[in-house]
Amino acid sequence: MEPASPFITLEGIDKRFGGVQALRNVSLRIEPGEVHSLAGENGSGKSTLIKILSGVCRPDGGAITIGDQRLDSLRPVDAIRRGIQVIYQDFSLFPNLTVGENLAINDLLEHSRWLVRWRSVRKTARDAVAALGVDMDLDQPLGELSVAEKQLVAIARALLHDARLIIMDEPTTALTGIEVEALLKIVRRLKQEGVAILFVSHKLREVLAISDRLTVLRNGEVVAEGPAAEFDEAEITYRMTGRRLHANRYVLPSDWQRQPLLKADRLSGRTVREVSFELCAGEIVGLTGLLGSGQTELALMLFGIRPCAGGTLLIRGESKRIRSVRDAMAAGIAYLPEDRLAEGLFLEQSIERNVVAADLASLRNRAGLIPPSRLRKESDRWLTELAIKAPSGQIPVSALSGGNQQRVVLAKWLSTQPGILILNGPTVGVDVGSKQAIHDQLRELAARGMGILIISDDLPELAGNCNRILVMHQGRLVDELSGADCDADTIALRLTSF
Amino acid sequence: MRKLILTHEFVLFVLVVLLCVAIGIKNPAFWSLGNVFDLLKSSVTLGLLALGVLVILISGDIDISFPAIAAFSMYVTCLIAQATGLGDHIAILFGMAAATGGLLGAFNAVFIHFFRLPALIVTLGTASLIRGGLLAFVGTRIITDLPESMVAFSRAQLFRQQLPGGETIGLAVSIFILVGVALLVQFLLNHTLLGRGIYALGGAPEAARRVGFNIRRIRFFIFALVGCLAGVVGIIHASNMRNANPFDLSGLELTVIAAVVVGGADITGGKGTVIGTILGTLLLVIIGNSLILMGLPTEWHKVAVGAIIIVSAGMAAWRRRMGRNSGRRK
Repeated sequence: MEPASPFITLEGIDKRFGGVQALRNVSLRIEPGEVHSLAGENGSGKSTLIKILSGVCRPDGGAITIGDQRLDSLRPVDAIRRGIQVIYQDFSLFPNLTVGENLAINDLLEHSRWLVRWRSVRKTARDAVAALGVDMDLDQPLGELSVAEKQLVAIARALLHDARLIIMDEPTTALTGIEVEALLKIVRRLKQEGVAILFVSHKLREVLAISDRLTVLRNGEVVAEGPAAEFDEAEITYRMTGRRLHANRYVLPSDWQRQPLLKADRLSGRTVREVSFELCAGEIVGLTGLLGSGQTELALMLFGIRPCAGGTLLIRGESKRIRSVRDAMAAGIAYLPEDRLAEGLFLEQSIERNVVAADLASLRNRAGLIPPSRLRKESDRWLTELAIKAPSGQIPVSALSGGNQQRVVLAKWLSTQPGILILNGPTVGVDVGSKQAIHDQLRELAARGMGILIISDDLPELAGNCNRILVMHQGRLVDELSGADCDADTIALRLTSF
Repeated sequence: MRKLILTHEFVLFVLVVLLCVAIGIKNPAFWSLGNVFDLLKSSVTLGLLALGVLVILISGDIDISFPAIAAFSMYVTCLIAQATGLGDHIAILFGMAAATGGLLGAFNAVFIHFFRLPALIVTLGTASLIRGGLLAFVGTRIITDLPESMVAFSRAQLFRQQLPGGETIGLAVSIFILVGVALLVQFLLNHTLLGRGIYALGGAPEAARRVGFNIRRIRFFIFALVGCLAGVVGIIHASNMRNANPFDLSGLELTVIAAVVVGGADITGGKGTVIGTILGTLLLVIIGNSLILMGLPTEWHKVAVGAIIIVSAGMAAWRRRMGRNSGRRK
């Protein structure tokens, strides 16, 4: 059989930004109806490649061929006219406008009509939703939709432009397991209609599940390319990072002794119902469930942010009531929030200040002031200990990559010397290499006798790093997996059985 | 139906009606035609400025230089009219003042758009520059011999009638400028691509840029629009006062912004309606003019305005929370 003629081909693309070679001799070929994945660590050139495909950036060298037409450069308008659509991570939607208007707005702009005819806006929107085969209230303000629904709107909007290639930038980062399934289903449907998809994702499992072919970038170069069937997670990771990562499970050491740090007995809150569990020193326990099953509320209750309505809590065998974050910290509990940007960091402040923020009291001198030298010493210690890559402790946290930012949050809480560490989505938006580093650090902390509770939707993450996994559903603890059952497929099966 | 009752505008409407009924019961003079005409007349300047500020707030920016722009445009227009004898027609004066105001508004937009400075700081600065420049370089003398056309404009009334006491009352024609501008802004915001671009810009600026709205054009348009409206307001004000005083029209900015926010516009951008703004303006004007009719001392005016601002902001926040909850439930 003749190979199908490609929709778009990039050959020998080079791109420099100042002194940085962002892309070097990159070639990419996407066929109609193909799901092509682009994998690579942060800074590997993925975003630059997306920008070149969408016409936002002009390549310094190389050629772009769309259909049978060879182009030297592509302007954004050309890209859109030729059916290339990018769905950015933030979707580029308008929360204050209705679903219908969000769908139709590009169409209005494209025809640069001076007036807005609402009847035709509605029709455009209805067609868009129908083309995707979903049902939506077009009059609802977009801001009221869930992330997954917003994503559907973004996809429907892309389809309105007779998209031939949809580029999805990290489409599953904010989705729960079931929503990811639904998205993959839509991707398959689009594929059948001959629409090509370029899937850019950190989540290798999804990449493998959905793609026909994949391209791996490292330091701006294509380091691997081929049918997805020829790869497995370990192989992609190796190609992305250039090093072999261990894939061994976390198991408790043979001389481990059961030493409970935290014991919850029938804890109840607003959505949490009579949850009982135990966390021992040296354990890494996973907590998962469908979105809104109460995992986050449980964590917030343990950390004193949400009130406990009932039940008892024993910390190291002592009954404790935790009514505030102060109580929780006094009891030796630390919590890494879900949204590190909004809740975990003072983005514009320096790394040092962020690191010491939770433990200012111990840095005070007799006059109640914090000597800069002491602050620097404390922060440098953590920068070294957690291998945070930063030119200095004085630059703002916002300048760091996701993985390093997360380590700063970790440092902040570790400096309070907690016995119990609760992490909510610790590696969301963190690239594979840093992810591994964070996991290694957690294992080391557990080995030193800390009890760790990880809340995550990332099932392979839980399976690889937890000795036990708790599953919540509708506020109740419904399952506990340990040993050989701690396997991503087993957990997924339990989750989908609800 | 439920949706209608829960809108900010509906609640505001009910509030205005209740207030009118309450004042009317306490003092039936409130409902006299003369008082109603007076109230409408005093709503014109506040209302016109509020419509301009509404557009700015929707786009996610803010402007506090418009009172200075109004004073500048008014004074300069009157000076030119005096010197040249132009201005035997009121439309020419309105045109000149609107053009002056529009230019000054565009001046704001230059700093905000090209130098990426925050609008609050820029307009705080230009407000002082414009007012200071007016007093230092243009003049401090109050112009009392206004062009005939301005005096005639302020006297022009419809539905004129003679009261038994010999006093004549009528509806000032300037109210039609307010109604006309309100309709225009309503059309602009809801039925033109430019208007939807203003909402889009206020809702998600980065997304607006990406989908291809011309942000520069939108910014210049809205700041120039506020400037134009301020110029028009300047002329109406001077006509009503029968003089052009360069010290006038100061300290209006907070009242105007309050009227727009009471009307349901979101200070963070992306939300607001013309009908809400008009109702917000009416509410503040009625409170300003009529608490005295209820026998309440004038000090209460500020208390009432303050309470209304806080309550309406609270109402908006509460509604947002409700909206988000219902979204999550889905």
